[in-house]
Amino acid sequence: MKLDSMYQEIILDHYRNPHGKGLREGDAEVHHVNPTCGDEITLRVKLDGAVVTDVSYESQGCSISQASASVLNDLVVGKSVGDAQKVQEAFLELMQSKGQSEGDEEVLEDAVAFSGVSKYPARVKCALLSWMAWKDATAQALAQRPE
Amino acid sequence: MTIHPGSAHRELTGLLDTDAIRKDFPVLQRLLHDGQPLVYLDNAATSQKPQQVLDALNTYYEQHNANVHRGVHVLAEEATALYEGARDKVAAFINAPSRDEVIFTKNASESLNLVANMLGWADEPYRVDSDAEVVITEMEHHSNIVPWQLLSQRTGAKLKWFGLTDDGRLDLSNIEQLITEKTKVVSFVLVSNILGTVNPVEAIVRRAQDVGALVVIDASQAAPHMVVDVQALGADFVAFTGHKMLGPTGIGVLWGRHELLEDLPPFLGGGEMIETVSMSSSTYAPAPHKFEAGTPPIAQAIGLGAAIDYLNGIGMDAVAAHEHAITRYAVERLLEVPDLRIIGPRTADDRGAAISFTLGDIHPHDVGQVLDEQGIAVRVGHHCARPVCLRYGIPATTRASFYLYSTPAEVDALIDGLHHVRSFFGAG
Repeated sequence: MKLDSMYQEIILDHYRNPHGKGLREGDAEVHHVNPTCGDEITLRVKLDGAVVTDVSYESQGCSISQASASVLNDLVVGKSVGDAQKVQEAFLELMQSKGQSEGDEEVLEDAVAFSGVSKYPARVKCALLSWMAWKDATAQALAQRPE
Repeated sequence: MTIHPGSAHRELTGLLDTDAIRKDFPVLQRLLHDGQPLVYLDNAATSQKPQQVLDALNTYYEQHNANVHRGVHVLAEEATALYEGARDKVAAFINAPSRDEVIFTKNASESLNLVANMLGWADEPYRVDSDAEVVITEMEHHSNIVPWQLLSQRTGAKLKWFGLTDDGRLDLSNIEQLITEKTKVVSFVLVSNILGTVNPVEAIVRRAQDVGALVVIDASQAAPHMVVDVQALGADFVAFTGHKMLGPTGIGVLWGRHELLEDLPPFLGGGEMIETVSMSSSTYAPAPHKFEAGTPPIAQAIGLGAAIDYLNGIGMDAVAAHEHAITRYAVERLLEVPDLRIIGPRTADDRGAAISFTLGDIHPHDVGQVLDEQGIAVRVGHHCARPVCLRYGIPATTRASFYLYSTPAEVDALIDGLHHVRSFFGAG
């Protein structure tokens, strides 16, 4: 069934048991919404030097947006900001692929499970909500640093 | 499509001959996702279009296309006659005392914005200014909230609203505190697009009239589904849109009382709405043209006229009876689904055919996606009525909404689909 390509078991697992959920201390906080469906996320980024030490969040929304936030936490925490940005760019590219890309598992790990979602234009924004929030929060955290 | 076992369908009375009606709607013959019949339950968002409306659009463009109210050639006269004929049909459909009270807009949102802007620019006694109050309700579509917020922000007027009861009705207990001598305008929805509630017009209109406030009614979810008689409603303005009542997109209606349309100022300026123009000033055409600047949506108005002919052929009382039977059956069967909570009235009394619900903690987007895989089209989200979701403490709902071509078997398909959704997400 086509639906199984969207709702892969790995996505449903992240949805049922989200990683890193809850708000903890951070350097910057953003609140992003998807106005067409009402999905919301409040996300904080904590940096230590060039390393992403935490991504914490409170969110409400569909399985895709929730699982995506969980995968985001898995993939970027512990990485350097530069490496994390590369993952974010790879994920964005995957979601914009309209089902044509399978994603690079070396870079995206569990996030390749979202390749099926990219076939559903209405759901791409669900998958990207937390990633765009992270990008925004990280930019703010970097900007407020004394150089 | 699964047929519910037993005799439940046979007990339903007042149903239309949907076998015949559905033949008029080409899109209802479509098969989706490898052979699933389309079960279209998103009628509150937009209705499907019968062949008669599609033919009217095509015939207009193939045979009569011209700009209206200008030119002396044959096509211009035919186009004008068709466009103005559509206005006659709308006027008769809503029992307007005069055809000149029917203004064509592009949709109900534009109609409501037009009223708000007329009142913002009006002279006394209609002018909404910093001493004035505007009253709406918590169950409005954003199109009947945001124009009034804009008006209030620009004029300093105070915006107030009726709250909602736990069962999805308007809370009128504080009506005398809400609608006061300061109230200039009361604007409310006749049938809620998210809750399905049919509101008690008379009580609100009576209070508004007592204090001399103008009444605006958003009939977007009413005009497609029941008799809307603007004289019986007692309102000053009534707004609705064509595409939810079998017509094309891009055509809406604002009905307004004649003397108000004479007194109130235009909003959009341009061609068609003038009497004379000089470089320093202009005078305006009488209503409705005063409010129809520029080339209007000609084909769309003609399409709406054809939609009204189609609805009249069935009869709005018959449409309402059909939908009432389907709604009653749908409410009953939805309440059988475990963990399903109807957001809005849990009976079919004083309720339209849009039914919102939540299904345990399964997000509406996921509900809608799994239903779609079975060919069932519903709407998910906040339905442009986010304050209602906030009021009931939910992020979004799934909404099934029915129309004159909806069948009990489609209700059954929805129920089967919802059971499948539950098992898919491990809830059943």
